[in-house]
Amino acid sequence: MKRALVIDDEPLARMVVLEYLQDFADRIEVLQECGDGFEGLKAIQQHQPDLVFLDVQMPKINGFEMLELVDQPPAVIFTTAYDEYAIKAFEAHAIDYLLKPFNKDRFHKAVEKYLAQAGAPAQQSKKTEDLLEAVSHSPAQHERIVVKTGTKVKIIPVQDVQYLQADDDYVSVFTQEGSYLKNKTMNFFEQMLDPRHFVRVHRSYMVAIQQITRIDPYEKDSHLAILKSGAKIPVSKTGYVKLKSVLGI
Amino acid sequence: MVWAALVIYIVHSFGFYWVVAGIDGLVSTILLAAACWLINNNLRYYQPGKGSYINLLIWCLALAGISAAGCRWILPYLNNDKIYINFLSQSLAIRFFGDFMAIGWMAMISMLWYSQLDHKETEKRRSEAEKLARDAELYNLRQQLQPHFLFNSLNSINALIGFKPDEARKMIHQLSDFLRGTLKKDDQLLVPLKDELLHLNLYLDIEKVRFGHRLETEISCDKRCDEAMLPTMLLQPIVENAIKFGLYDTTEKVIISIRAEIEGNQLIIMVQNPYDAQTSRPKGTGFGLRGVQRRLYLLFARNDLMETHANDDIFTTIIKIPQA
Repeated sequence: MKRALVIDDEPLARMVVLEYLQDFADRIEVLQECGDGFEGLKAIQQHQPDLVFLDVQMPKINGFEMLELVDQPPAVIFTTAYDEYAIKAFEAHAIDYLLKPFNKDRFHKAVEKYLAQAGAPAQQSKKTEDLLEAVSHSPAQHERIVVKTGTKVKIIPVQDVQYLQADDDYVSVFTQEGSYLKNKTMNFFEQMLDPRHFVRVHRSYMVAIQQITRIDPYEKDSHLAILKSGAKIPVSKTGYVKLKSVLGI
Repeated sequence: MVWAALVIYIVHSFGFYWVVAGIDGLVSTILLAAACWLINNNLRYYQPGKGSYINLLIWCLALAGISAAGCRWILPYLNNDKIYINFLSQSLAIRFFGDFMAIGWMAMISMLWYSQLDHKETEKRRSEAEKLARDAELYNLRQQLQPHFLFNSLNSINALIGFKPDEARKMIHQLSDFLRGTLKKDDQLLVPLKDELLHLNLYLDIEKVRFGHRLETEISCDKRCDEAMLPTMLLQPIVENAIKFGLYDTTEKVIISIRAEIEGNQLIIMVQNPYDAQTSRPKGTGFGLRGVQRRLYLLFARNDLMETHANDDIFTTIIKIPQA
């Protein structure tokens, strides 16, 4: 028996999924319905489901942002009404998605496909992570960073970010209020953030250009960027070249 | 003709016979006319730029020189009188000067004329281009509202068919009425607020089915506003924005309030929705609102007809529609 969650902000949309799932009652058990990403996140952490039916557009945090916060994403079948960018991403990563309104046949196909692949959860997880990586390029994702602090979810507008620092498998996001950990790599953020506003000045640092007040020479071939907050960020040789070209000096 | 008569009269007044004066007048006028024709024709196809007026001056001088020289060489063939030839060479400077004035005058007039013509042409093209761009833009603005709403509504109907067929049927009718209303509306046209609110209510009813108990609306509209005119489909994107903002920004129940009143000769509409100051994009003008502002600008050529405020977890959008 596989355990599933249905996450969608429209009650009727959840109802369709539940109705169609009755045909799989012997193989899939629905644990819970969730009306937004927060609830969904909590339910995923709590139940560790095998499969999630997930809407993309939802209150507070969207489906992608929710998945980013999950440590080991389950298999996902996305449901969306209209989102050109997301659909391209789904296709590119062979993850199944349902375009609303979808019919029973199409739904069956998606679920059968999942059940057939269900033996290899690691592969599913990899696919989802690749998808999130791809979606992070979308313009809509450039505006904010979603992080988890304890059990709470914090949404940081990109404008509030001062700099980012790599910490092993995590990245610390520094704002005026403090720093937040996100289990993503520096490369992820380099893809996601607007290169006109954020520069990777060092293997382990990325900095918001607007925060820089001055750049001092440091040791041989390296510099220090001094931020408004007083933080000193190391700038490598190649980082300095990048910084100069973005600042136009 | 006048020029010819003038020359004839002047030459005659110097004591020559009418015939002599006549020939002189005719020849110099023909030469001058040829020069004028040349410069006029030239300017029709070539408008001098700001820096090349000096070229034009040189052209005028050259042409005046040619016509004066023409008089100097042609006229002696027609009349061998010594006194006349003497008079001719003495009057050469005057002839040159006169010709130059006439050609310069001609050049100036034709330059003004053709540049005026050119100007009118560009003006016409520009206004046409503007109209085209405006049409296309309005069309796009309208299109962009649709797909998400439409597919989600169809999905809700799909759900209702299973267990509440009557409600499904009702929603299909609401959706059709709404879409029909959207299709028949011309963006340039002004409609009474009463009609627009009717249309808006169709939209809100559909959204309420979609979002269930989470969405509530309060509409208060002064009786005097009923007949006030506003551009069609202007209100809907604002309300859509409020709903999106409200529903996607909070996870609780959302009340959208819409108030309309008349102030002076302006219709003022205020739309309010709750929002979360912590998570919202700071600018707070999504695509919908930018589109509204752009439309107001295109229709009324004013940029101050829309404003937004955000305070105390309430986001307010105010639009003002000048009444004719």
